[in-house]
Amino acid sequence: MSTTLGTTSAVAIDDVSVRFRSKRAETTAIGQVSLDVAPGEFVSIVGPSGCGKSTLLKLVSGLLRPSTGSVTLLGEQVCGPRHDIGFVFQRAALLEWRSARRNILLQAEMRGMSSAEAGRRADELIEMTGLTGFENALPHELSGGMQQRVALCRALLHRPRVLLMDEPFGALDALTREQMNVELHRVWRETGTTVLLVTHSIAESVYLANRVIVLTQRPALVKEVIDVDLPAERDYAETMARSGFAAATARIRDLLGAVTGHD
Amino acid sequence: MEPVSGDRWRGVAERSWRPAALLAACVVIWHLVTVTGLVEAYLVPSPGKTFDLLVDKWSYLWGHTWVTTYETILGFVIAGVLGVLVAVAMVYSRTVESTAYPILLFAQVIPKIAIAPLFVVWLGFGFEPKVIVAVLMAFFPVVISTVTGLKSVDAEMLELAATMGGGPVKTFVKIRFPAALPHLFAGLKVAVTLAVTGAVVGEFVGSNEGLGYVILQANGNMDTPMLFAGLIVISVVGILLFLLLDLAEQLMLPWHSSRRGAAVTTLLAKGGS
Repeated sequence: MSTTLGTTSAVAIDDVSVRFRSKRAETTAIGQVSLDVAPGEFVSIVGPSGCGKSTLLKLVSGLLRPSTGSVTLLGEQVCGPRHDIGFVFQRAALLEWRSARRNILLQAEMRGMSSAEAGRRADELIEMTGLTGFENALPHELSGGMQQRVALCRALLHRPRVLLMDEPFGALDALTREQMNVELHRVWRETGTTVLLVTHSIAESVYLANRVIVLTQRPALVKEVIDVDLPAERDYAETMARSGFAAATARIRDLLGAVTGHD
Repeated sequence: MEPVSGDRWRGVAERSWRPAALLAACVVIWHLVTVTGLVEAYLVPSPGKTFDLLVDKWSYLWGHTWVTTYETILGFVIAGVLGVLVAVAMVYSRTVESTAYPILLFAQVIPKIAIAPLFVVWLGFGFEPKVIVAVLMAFFPVVISTVTGLKSVDAEMLELAATMGGGPVKTFVKIRFPAALPHLFAGLKVAVTLAVTGAVVGEFVGSNEGLGYVILQANGNMDTPMLFAGLIVISVVGILLFLLLDLAEQLMLPWHSSRRGAAVTTLLAKGGS
Protein backbone atom coordinates (compact mmCIF):
# COMPACT_ATOMS: atom_id res chain seq x y z
CA MET A 1 0.00 0.00 0.00
CA SER A 2 2.19 2.81 -1.18
CA THR A 3 1.27 6.45 -1.00
CA THR A 4 1.39 6.81 -4.77
CA LEU A 5 -1.65 4.53 -4.92
CA GLY A 6 -3.48 7.07 -2.76
CA THR A 7 -4.13 9.40 -5.64
CA THR A 8 -6.12 6.80 -7.55
CA SER A 9 -7.97 5.27 -4.57
CA ALA A 10 -11.23 6.57 -3.16
CA VAL A 11 -9.93 6.00 0.35
CA ALA A 12 -6.31 5.48 1.32
CA ILE A 13 -5.38 4.75 4.92
CA ASP A 14 -1.63 4.92 5.37
CA ASP A 15 0.10 3.45 8.42
CA VAL A 16 -2.52 4.92 10.67
CA SER A 17 -2.57 4.40 14.42
CA VAL A 18 -4.88 5.86 17.06
CA ARG A 19 -4.10 6.19 20.73
CA PHE A 20 -6.54 7.48 23.30
CA ARG A 21 -5.19 9.06 26.43
CA SER A 22 -7.29 8.93 29.57
CA LYS A 23 -6.30 10.09 33.06
CA ARG A 24 -4.91 6.71 34.00
CA ALA A 25 -3.53 5.14 30.90
CA GLU A 26 -2.94 5.38 27.21
CA THR A 27 -4.76 2.82 25.11
CA THR A 28 -4.06 2.01 21.51
CA ALA A 29 -7.31 1.61 19.60
CA ILE A 30 -5.76 1.08 16.20
CA GLY A 31 -2.29 -0.40 15.82
CA GLN A 32 -0.85 0.20 12.42
CA VAL A 33 -3.40 -0.04 9.67
CA SER A 34 -3.04 0.53 5.94
CA LEU A 35 -5.89 0.10 3.54
CA ASP A 36 -6.80 1.15 0.02
CA VAL A 37 -10.29 1.25 -1.37
CA ALA A 38 -10.78 1.65 -5.12
CA PRO A 39 -13.45 3.99 -6.48
CA GLY A 40 -16.81 2.22 -6.67
CA GLU A 41 -15.62 -0.62 -4.50
CA PHE A 42 -17.68 -2.07 -1.64
CA VAL A 43 -15.49 -3.00 1.31
CA SER A 44 -16.75 -4.60 4.51
CA ILE A 45 -14.85 -4.39 7.75
CA VAL A 46 -15.36 -7.08 10.36
CA GLY A 47 -13.60 -7.72 13.63
CA PRO A 48 -14.18 -8.56 17.28
CA SER A 49 -16.39 -6.20 19.31
CA GLY A 50 -14.64 -3.04 20.40
CA CYS A 51 -11.65 -3.57 18.14
CA GLY A 52 -11.82 -0.11 16.64
CA LYS A 53 -13.86 -0.67 13.48
CA SER A 54 -15.98 2.42 14.12
CA THR A 55 -12.86 4.42 14.92
CA LEU A 56 -11.62 3.60 11.44
CA LEU A 57 -14.73 5.15 9.86
CA LYS A 58 -14.40 8.25 12.03
CA LEU A 59 -10.83 8.62 10.75
CA VAL A 60 -11.98 8.46 7.16
CA SER A 61 -14.73 11.04 7.76
CA GLY A 62 -12.34 13.34 9.60
CA LEU A 63 -14.39 13.31 12.80
CA LEU A 64 -11.26 11.90 14.45
CA ARG A 65 -7.58 12.59 13.74
CA PRO A 66 -5.06 9.74 13.67
CA SER A 67 -2.18 9.80 16.14
CA THR A 68 0.22 8.78 13.37
CA GLY A 69 -0.10 8.17 9.67
CA SER A 70 -2.47 9.80 7.25
CA VAL A 71 -5.83 9.27 5.61
CA THR A 72 -6.53 10.37 2.08
CA LEU A 73 -10.07 10.66 0.80
CA LEU A 74 -10.71 11.21 -2.90
CA GLY A 75 -7.14 12.34 -3.39
CA GLU A 76 -7.20 14.90 -0.59
CA GLN A 77 -5.65 14.42 2.84
CA VAL A 78 -8.23 14.34 5.64
CA CYS A 79 -7.59 17.16 8.14
CA GLY A 80 -11.07 17.80 9.60
CA PRO A 81 -14.69 16.74 9.17
CA ARG A 82 -15.22 16.01 5.48
CA HIS A 83 -18.35 17.10 3.70
CA ASP A 84 -17.97 14.96 0.61
CA ILE A 85 -19.08 11.75 2.31
CA GLY A 86 -22.33 10.19 3.48
CA PHE A 87 -22.52 8.67 6.95
CA VAL A 88 -24.99 6.14 8.34
CA PHE A 89 -24.86 5.15 12.01
CA GLN A 90 -26.32 2.14 13.80
CA ARG A 91 -29.10 4.36 15.13
CA ALA A 92 -30.94 6.25 12.47
CA ALA A 93 -30.38 9.57 14.35
CA LEU A 94 -33.41 11.26 12.81
CA LEU A 95 -34.90 14.56 13.98
CA GLU A 96 -38.18 13.54 15.59
CA TRP A 97 -40.01 16.72 14.60
CA ARG A 98 -39.32 16.28 10.91
CA SER A 99 -41.13 14.00 8.50
CA ALA A 100 -39.19 11.31 6.68
CA ARG A 101 -38.82 13.52 3.61
CA ARG A 102 -37.75 16.58 5.59
CA ASN A 103 -35.22 14.47 7.50
CA ILE A 104 -33.72 13.48 4.17
CA LEU A 105 -33.72 17.12 3.05
CA LEU A 106 -31.79 18.18 6.17
CA GLN A 107 -28.69 17.17 4.25
CA ALA A 108 -29.56 19.71 1.53
CA GLU A 109 -30.48 22.49 3.96
CA MET A 110 -27.23 22.12 5.87
CA ARG A 111 -25.26 22.24 2.63
CA GLY A 112 -27.26 25.02 1.05
CA MET A 113 -28.13 22.86 -1.99
CA SER A 114 -30.77 24.23 -4.33
CA SER A 115 -34.12 23.07 -3.01
CA ALA A 116 -35.57 22.10 -6.38
CA GLU A 117 -32.69 19.81 -7.15
CA ALA A 118 -32.66 18.41 -3.60
CA GLY A 119 -36.40 17.73 -3.78
CA ARG A 120 -36.04 15.83 -7.03
CA ARG A 121 -33.14 13.81 -5.65
CA ALA A 122 -35.07 13.06 -2.44
CA ASP A 123 -38.05 11.75 -4.39
CA GLU A 124 -35.74 9.60 -6.47
CA LEU A 125 -34.15 8.10 -3.34
CA ILE A 126 -37.50 7.66 -1.61
CA GLU A 127 -38.63 5.59 -4.56
CA MET A 128 -35.36 3.67 -4.78
CA THR A 129 -35.51 2.64 -1.11
CA GLY A 130 -39.21 1.83 -1.06
CA LEU A 131 -40.22 4.71 1.20
CA THR A 132 -42.99 5.87 -1.12
CA GLY A 133 -46.12 6.52 0.92
CA PHE A 134 -44.14 7.24 4.08
CA GLU A 135 -42.69 10.62 3.05
CA ASN A 136 -44.78 12.53 5.57
CA ALA A 137 -44.55 10.09 8.47
CA LEU A 138 -42.72 11.20 11.60
CA PRO A 139 -39.81 9.00 12.74
CA HIS A 140 -41.73 7.52 15.67
CA GLU A 141 -44.39 6.34 13.25
CA LEU A 142 -41.81 4.36 11.25
CA SER A 143 -40.38 0.91 11.93
CA GLY A 144 -36.67 0.50 12.61
CA GLY A 145 -36.05 -0.65 9.04
CA MET A 146 -37.93 2.32 7.61
CA GLN A 147 -36.02 4.74 9.84
CA GLN A 148 -32.75 3.30 8.63
CA ARG A 149 -33.89 3.71 5.02
CA VAL A 150 -34.51 7.39 5.75
CA ALA A 151 -31.00 7.64 7.20
CA LEU A 152 -29.61 5.99 4.06
CA CYS A 153 -31.49 8.40 1.79
CA ARG A 154 -30.20 11.34 3.83
CA ALA A 155 -26.65 10.02 3.47
CA LEU A 156 -27.03 9.68 -0.31
CA LEU A 157 -28.88 12.93 -1.04
CA HIS A 158 -25.82 14.92 -2.10
CA ARG A 159 -24.49 12.04 -4.24
CA PRO A 160 -21.40 11.45 -2.08
CA ARG A 161 -18.67 9.48 -3.80
CA VAL A 162 -17.92 7.69 -0.53
CA LEU A 163 -20.52 6.23 1.81
CA LEU A 164 -19.50 5.22 5.34
CA MET A 165 -21.78 2.85 7.23
CA ASP A 166 -21.25 1.96 10.88
CA GLU A 167 -23.26 -1.18 11.66
CA PRO A 168 -26.29 0.33 9.94
CA PHE A 169 -28.47 -2.73 10.36
CA GLY A 170 -27.24 -3.86 13.77
CA ALA A 171 -30.45 -2.91 15.55
CA LEU A 172 -32.82 -4.58 13.07
CA ASP A 173 -34.40 -8.00 13.26
CA ALA A 174 -32.92 -10.75 11.06
CA LEU A 175 -35.57 -10.63 8.35
CA THR A 176 -35.56 -6.85 7.99
CA ARG A 177 -31.80 -6.98 7.93
CA GLU A 178 -31.78 -9.39 4.96
CA GLN A 179 -34.21 -7.12 3.16
CA MET A 180 -32.04 -4.10 3.83
CA ASN A 181 -28.98 -6.00 2.59
CA VAL A 182 -30.72 -6.70 -0.69
CA GLU A 183 -31.75 -3.07 -1.00
CA LEU A 184 -28.34 -1.71 -0.10
CA HIS A 185 -26.81 -3.99 -2.71
CA ARG A 186 -29.21 -2.63 -5.32
CA VAL A 187 -28.66 0.98 -4.26
CA TRP A 188 -24.90 0.50 -4.43
CA ARG A 189 -25.17 -0.98 -7.93
CA GLU A 190 -27.36 1.90 -9.05
CA THR A 191 -25.31 4.73 -7.54
CA GLY A 192 -21.79 3.38 -8.05
CA THR A 193 -20.75 4.88 -4.72
CA THR A 194 -17.70 3.64 -2.86
CA VAL A 195 -18.90 2.01 0.36
CA LEU A 196 -17.07 1.24 3.59
CA LEU A 197 -19.30 -0.92 5.78
CA VAL A 198 -18.55 -1.87 9.36
CA THR A 199 -20.59 -4.88 10.44
CA HIS A 200 -20.86 -7.72 12.93
CA SER A 201 -22.61 -10.02 10.51
CA ILE A 202 -20.30 -12.26 8.53
CA ALA A 203 -23.03 -13.13 5.99
CA GLU A 204 -23.80 -9.45 5.47
CA SER A 205 -20.15 -8.57 5.02
CA VAL A 206 -19.66 -11.20 2.32
CA TYR A 207 -22.97 -10.77 0.50
CA LEU A 208 -22.45 -7.04 -0.01
CA ALA A 209 -18.73 -6.65 -0.53
CA ASN A 210 -16.00 -6.98 -3.12
CA ARG A 211 -13.53 -7.37 -0.29
CA VAL A 212 -13.80 -8.08 3.42
CA ILE A 213 -11.18 -6.70 5.80
CA VAL A 214 -10.81 -8.80 8.93
CA LEU A 215 -9.36 -6.90 11.86
CA THR A 216 -7.65 -8.29 14.96
CA GLN A 217 -8.61 -7.56 18.52
CA ARG A 218 -7.63 -4.20 19.97
CA PRO A 219 -5.29 -2.68 19.02
CA ALA A 220 -6.71 -3.29 15.58
CA LEU A 221 -4.46 -4.57 12.83
CA VAL A 222 -5.48 -5.96 9.45
CA LYS A 223 -5.58 -9.70 10.01
CA GLU A 224 -6.46 -10.62 6.46
CA VAL A 225 -8.12 -9.22 3.37
CA ILE A 226 -10.55 -11.60 1.70
CA ASP A 227 -11.49 -11.18 -1.93
CA VAL A 228 -15.11 -12.21 -2.35
CA ASP A 229 -15.48 -14.49 -5.34
CA LEU A 230 -19.08 -13.79 -6.31
CA PRO A 231 -20.73 -12.32 -9.41
CA ALA A 232 -21.59 -8.62 -9.41
CA GLU A 233 -25.31 -9.28 -9.68
CA ARG A 234 -26.33 -11.03 -6.45
CA ASP A 235 -29.66 -12.60 -5.76
CA TYR A 236 -29.86 -13.19 -2.01
CA ALA A 237 -30.91 -16.85 -1.80
CA GLU A 238 -28.79 -17.80 -4.81
CA THR A 239 -25.72 -16.08 -3.37
CA MET A 240 -26.10 -17.88 -0.05
CA ALA A 241 -25.98 -21.18 -1.90
CA ARG A 242 -22.80 -20.43 -3.84
CA SER A 243 -19.52 -22.10 -2.97
CA GLY A 244 -17.73 -18.73 -3.11
CA PHE A 245 -20.03 -17.42 -0.36
CA ALA A 246 -19.53 -20.49 1.81
CA ALA A 247 -15.77 -20.35 1.38
CA ALA A 248 -15.55 -16.67 2.30
CA THR A 249 -17.81 -16.90 5.35
CA ALA A 250 -16.00 -20.02 6.59
CA ARG A 251 -12.65 -18.28 6.21
CA ILE A 252 -13.83 -15.18 8.09
CA ARG A 253 -15.38 -17.28 10.84
CA ASP A 254 -12.08 -19.10 11.18
CA LEU A 255 -10.14 -15.86 11.38
CA LEU A 256 -12.47 -14.27 13.91
CA GLY A 257 -12.48 -17.45 15.98
CA ALA A 258 -8.71 -17.40 15.96
CA VAL A 259 -8.41 -13.79 17.07
CA THR A 260 -11.01 -14.04 19.82
CA GLY A 261 -9.87 -17.50 20.91
CA HIS A 262 -13.35 -19.02 20.89
CA ASP A 263 -12.58 -21.77 18.43
CA MET B 1 -54.77 10.76 13.80
CA GLU B 2 -56.89 13.70 14.90
CA PRO B 3 -60.14 12.52 16.47
CA VAL B 4 -63.35 13.96 15.01
CA SER B 5 -64.67 16.86 17.03
CA GLY B 6 -67.47 14.97 18.80
CA ASP B 7 -65.00 12.43 20.10
CA ARG B 8 -62.65 15.17 21.05
CA TRP B 9 -65.17 16.88 23.30
CA ARG B 10 -66.18 13.58 24.82
CA GLY B 11 -62.48 13.01 25.51
CA VAL B 12 -62.25 16.38 27.23
CA ALA B 13 -65.29 15.51 29.34
CA GLU B 14 -63.85 12.12 30.26
CA ARG B 15 -60.59 13.62 31.43
CA SER B 16 -62.01 16.62 33.20
CA TRP B 17 -64.81 15.19 35.33
CA ARG B 18 -62.54 13.89 38.08
CA PRO B 19 -60.69 17.17 38.76
CA ALA B 20 -64.01 19.02 38.41
CA ALA B 21 -65.62 16.71 40.96
CA LEU B 22 -62.73 17.19 43.37
CA LEU B 23 -62.98 20.94 43.01
CA ALA B 24 -66.75 20.80 43.63
CA ALA B 25 -66.18 18.65 46.72
CA CYS B 26 -63.76 21.25 48.09
CA VAL B 27 -66.32 24.02 47.58
CA VAL B 28 -68.99 21.89 49.29
CA ILE B 29 -66.73 21.27 52.30
CA TRP B 30 -65.89 24.97 52.40
CA HIS B 31 -69.61 25.75 52.33
CA LEU B 32 -70.40 23.22 55.09
CA VAL B 33 -67.63 24.57 57.29
CA THR B 34 -69.14 28.06 57.07
CA VAL B 35 -72.89 27.24 57.39
CA THR B 36 -72.43 24.93 60.37
CA GLY B 37 -70.63 27.73 62.18
CA LEU B 38 -67.61 25.53 62.71
CA VAL B 39 -65.52 28.57 61.88
CA GLU B 40 -66.58 32.16 62.49
CA ALA B 41 -67.84 33.94 59.37
CA TYR B 42 -65.36 36.79 59.77
CA LEU B 43 -62.50 34.27 59.61
CA VAL B 44 -63.75 32.22 56.66
CA PRO B 45 -66.44 33.72 54.43
CA SER B 46 -68.86 31.35 52.72
CA PRO B 47 -68.33 30.47 49.05
CA GLY B 48 -71.59 32.24 48.24
CA LYS B 49 -70.51 35.44 49.92
CA THR B 50 -67.10 35.31 48.21
CA PHE B 51 -68.76 34.73 44.86
CA ASP B 52 -71.17 37.63 45.40
CA LEU B 53 -68.25 39.89 46.16
CA LEU B 54 -66.43 38.73 43.03
CA VAL B 55 -69.48 39.82 41.03
CA ASP B 56 -70.11 43.09 42.93
CA LYS B 57 -66.52 44.30 42.94
CA TRP B 58 -65.82 42.97 39.48
CA SER B 59 -64.57 46.20 37.97
CA TYR B 60 -62.38 47.00 40.99
CA LEU B 61 -60.79 43.52 40.87
CA TRP B 62 -60.50 43.59 37.08
CA GLY B 63 -58.30 46.68 37.12
CA HIS B 64 -55.95 45.22 39.73
CA THR B 65 -55.90 41.88 37.93
CA TRP B 66 -54.65 43.62 34.79
CA VAL B 67 -51.83 45.26 36.72
CA THR B 68 -50.64 41.96 38.19
CA THR B 69 -51.05 40.11 34.88
CA TYR B 70 -49.07 42.79 33.06
CA GLU B 71 -46.23 42.61 35.59
CA THR B 72 -46.27 38.82 35.45
CA ILE B 73 -46.17 38.59 31.65
CA LEU B 74 -43.48 41.26 31.33
CA GLY B 75 -41.37 39.54 33.98
CA PHE B 76 -41.93 36.14 32.40
CA VAL B 77 -40.99 37.31 28.90
CA ILE B 78 -37.84 39.04 30.12
CA ALA B 79 -36.87 35.98 32.17
CA GLY B 80 -37.59 33.71 29.18
CA VAL B 81 -35.46 35.68 26.71
CA LEU B 82 -32.62 36.28 29.18
CA GLY B 83 -32.77 32.70 30.41
CA VAL B 84 -32.45 31.22 26.93
CA LEU B 85 -29.60 33.58 26.01
CA VAL B 86 -27.67 32.80 29.19
CA ALA B 87 -28.28 29.06 28.70
CA VAL B 88 -26.97 29.20 25.12
CA ALA B 89 -23.87 31.08 26.26
CA MET B 90 -23.33 28.53 29.02
CA VAL B 91 -23.68 25.54 26.71
CA TYR B 92 -21.32 26.93 24.07
CA SER B 93 -18.65 28.20 26.47
CA ARG B 94 -17.34 26.25 29.40
CA THR B 95 -15.79 29.45 30.75
CA VAL B 96 -19.16 31.21 30.79
CA GLU B 97 -20.74 28.17 32.42
CA SER B 98 -18.23 27.90 35.25
CA THR B 99 -18.26 31.67 35.77
CA ALA B 100 -22.01 32.18 35.71
CA TYR B 101 -23.19 29.08 37.55
CA PRO B 102 -22.27 30.10 41.12
CA ILE B 103 -23.80 33.56 40.65
CA LEU B 104 -26.95 32.03 39.17
CA LEU B 105 -27.26 29.70 42.10
CA PHE B 106 -26.72 32.56 44.51
CA ALA B 107 -29.43 34.58 42.77
CA GLN B 108 -31.75 31.61 43.04
CA VAL B 109 -31.23 30.75 46.72
CA ILE B 110 -31.48 34.32 47.99
CA PRO B 111 -35.05 34.82 49.31
CA LYS B 112 -36.80 37.15 46.86
CA ILE B 113 -39.13 38.47 49.57
CA ALA B 114 -36.05 39.64 51.45
CA ILE B 115 -34.54 41.63 48.58
CA ALA B 116 -37.83 42.95 47.21
CA PRO B 117 -37.83 45.96 49.59
CA LEU B 118 -34.46 46.94 48.19
CA PHE B 119 -35.94 47.25 44.71
CA VAL B 120 -38.70 49.45 46.08
CA VAL B 121 -36.06 51.70 47.67
CA TRP B 122 -34.17 51.86 44.39
CA LEU B 123 -37.03 52.07 41.92
CA GLY B 124 -40.03 53.34 43.83
CA PHE B 125 -43.63 52.17 43.88
CA GLY B 126 -44.11 51.68 40.12
CA PHE B 127 -44.31 48.40 38.27
CA GLU B 128 -40.51 48.05 37.84
CA PRO B 129 -39.67 46.41 41.19
CA LYS B 130 -42.51 43.89 40.73
CA VAL B 131 -41.28 42.98 37.27
CA ILE B 132 -37.75 42.55 38.59
CA VAL B 133 -38.90 40.19 41.35
CA ALA B 134 -40.95 38.24 38.77
CA VAL B 135 -37.88 38.01 36.51
CA LEU B 136 -35.72 36.79 39.39
CA MET B 137 -38.25 34.12 40.29
CA ALA B 138 -38.79 32.88 36.73
CA PHE B 139 -35.24 33.11 35.40
CA PHE B 140 -33.65 30.08 37.04
CA PRO B 141 -35.96 27.30 35.78
CA VAL B 142 -35.66 28.65 32.23
CA VAL B 143 -31.85 28.56 32.33
CA ILE B 144 -31.66 25.11 33.89
CA SER B 145 -34.17 23.53 31.52
CA THR B 146 -32.66 25.14 28.42
CA VAL B 147 -29.14 24.06 29.38
CA THR B 148 -30.42 20.52 29.95
CA GLY B 149 -32.27 20.58 26.64
CA LEU B 150 -29.35 21.90 24.61
CA LYS B 151 -27.05 19.31 26.17
CA SER B 152 -29.46 16.44 25.54
CA VAL B 153 -28.84 16.48 21.80
CA ASP B 154 -27.68 13.18 20.36
CA ALA B 155 -23.88 13.21 19.97
CA GLU B 156 -24.16 11.23 16.73
CA MET B 157 -26.57 13.81 15.37
CA LEU B 158 -23.96 16.51 15.96
CA GLU B 159 -21.28 14.39 14.27
CA LEU B 160 -23.60 13.92 11.36
CA ALA B 161 -24.13 17.68 11.21
CA ALA B 162 -20.35 18.13 11.09
CA THR B 163 -20.16 15.92 8.00
CA MET B 164 -22.98 17.93 6.41
CA GLY B 165 -20.93 21.10 6.72
CA GLY B 166 -23.67 23.44 7.84
CA GLY B 167 -21.57 25.24 10.42
CA PRO B 168 -22.46 26.03 14.03
CA VAL B 169 -25.32 28.47 13.29
CA LYS B 170 -27.27 26.11 11.05
CA THR B 171 -26.59 23.24 13.44
CA PHE B 172 -28.04 25.31 16.28
CA VAL B 173 -31.08 26.53 14.36
CA LYS B 174 -32.01 23.29 12.66
CA ILE B 175 -30.93 20.67 15.19
CA ARG B 176 -29.90 21.85 18.63
CA PHE B 177 -32.52 24.43 19.46
CA PRO B 178 -35.57 22.49 18.22
CA ALA B 179 -34.30 19.43 20.11
CA ALA B 180 -34.15 21.52 23.30
CA LEU B 181 -37.70 22.86 22.96
CA PRO B 182 -39.48 20.16 25.02
CA HIS B 183 -37.14 20.87 27.94
CA LEU B 184 -37.48 24.62 27.40
CA PHE B 185 -41.26 24.42 27.57
CA ALA B 186 -41.14 22.40 30.78
CA GLY B 187 -39.01 25.18 32.26
CA LEU B 188 -41.28 27.93 30.91
CA LYS B 189 -44.34 26.33 32.52
CA VAL B 190 -42.66 26.30 35.91
CA ALA B 191 -41.38 29.82 35.27
CA VAL B 192 -44.77 31.35 34.48
CA THR B 193 -46.29 30.17 37.77
CA LEU B 194 -43.28 31.55 39.63
CA ALA B 195 -43.60 34.86 37.79
CA VAL B 196 -47.11 35.26 39.22
CA THR B 197 -45.74 34.70 42.71
CA GLY B 198 -42.93 37.16 42.01
CA ALA B 199 -45.32 39.89 40.89
CA VAL B 200 -47.53 39.44 43.97
CA VAL B 201 -44.52 39.39 46.30
CA GLY B 202 -43.35 42.62 44.68
CA GLU B 203 -46.77 44.15 45.31
CA PHE B 204 -46.78 43.06 48.95
CA VAL B 205 -43.61 44.98 49.59
CA GLY B 206 -44.77 48.32 48.32
CA SER B 207 -47.51 49.28 45.89
CA ASN B 208 -50.89 50.91 45.52
CA GLU B 209 -52.28 48.61 42.85
CA GLY B 210 -52.35 44.94 41.83
CA LEU B 211 -53.80 41.83 43.43
CA GLY B 212 -51.06 41.73 46.06
CA TYR B 213 -52.15 45.21 47.12
CA VAL B 214 -55.82 44.10 47.15
CA ILE B 215 -54.98 41.22 49.47
CA LEU B 216 -52.85 43.37 51.74
CA GLN B 217 -55.63 45.99 51.97
CA ALA B 218 -58.28 43.34 52.65
CA ASN B 219 -56.07 41.85 55.31
CA GLY B 220 -55.71 45.22 57.01
CA ASN B 221 -59.48 45.78 56.94
CA MET B 222 -60.26 42.22 58.13
CA ASP B 223 -62.19 41.98 54.86
CA THR B 224 -61.86 38.20 54.47
CA PRO B 225 -64.31 37.87 51.53
CA MET B 226 -62.13 40.28 49.53
CA LEU B 227 -59.02 38.42 50.66
CA PHE B 228 -60.47 35.13 49.44
CA ALA B 229 -61.62 36.74 46.20
CA GLY B 230 -58.09 38.07 45.61
CA LEU B 231 -56.59 34.63 46.20
CA ILE B 232 -59.01 33.04 43.77
CA VAL B 233 -58.29 35.59 41.05
CA ILE B 234 -54.51 35.17 41.46
CA SER B 235 -54.89 31.40 41.14
CA VAL B 236 -57.03 31.78 38.04
CA VAL B 237 -54.45 34.09 36.45
CA GLY B 238 -51.68 31.58 37.15
CA ILE B 239 -53.68 28.65 35.83
CA LEU B 240 -54.71 30.50 32.66
CA LEU B 241 -51.13 31.51 31.88
CA PHE B 242 -50.00 27.93 32.45
CA LEU B 243 -52.70 26.56 30.15
CA LEU B 244 -51.78 29.12 27.50
CA LEU B 245 -48.20 27.85 27.51
CA ASP B 246 -49.39 24.27 27.43
CA LEU B 247 -51.48 25.07 24.39
CA ALA B 248 -48.55 26.82 22.73
CA GLU B 249 -46.44 23.74 23.39
CA GLN B 250 -49.01 21.49 21.75
CA LEU B 251 -49.25 23.74 18.72
CA MET B 252 -45.50 24.18 18.34
CA LEU B 253 -44.38 20.67 19.25
CA PRO B 254 -47.12 18.30 18.09
CA TRP B 255 -44.46 15.63 17.57
CA HIS B 256 -43.59 15.84 21.24
CA SER B 257 -46.97 16.20 22.92
CA SER B 258 -48.48 13.37 20.90
CA ARG B 259 -45.84 11.05 22.31
CA ARG B 260 -45.96 12.40 25.83
CA GLY B 261 -49.47 11.05 26.30
CA ALA B 262 -52.35 12.45 28.27
CA ALA B 263 -50.96 11.75 31.73
CA VAL B 264 -49.29 15.13 32.18
CA THR B 265 -51.10 18.39 32.66
CA THR B 266 -54.15 19.61 30.97
CA LEU B 267 -57.73 19.09 30.08
CA LEU B 268 -56.99 20.41 26.61
CA ALA B 269 -54.44 17.71 25.87
CA LYS B 270 -55.33 15.59 22.90
CA GLY B 271 -54.24 12.45 24.68
CA GLY B 272 -52.39 9.74 22.79
CA SER B 273 -54.22 6.92 24.55
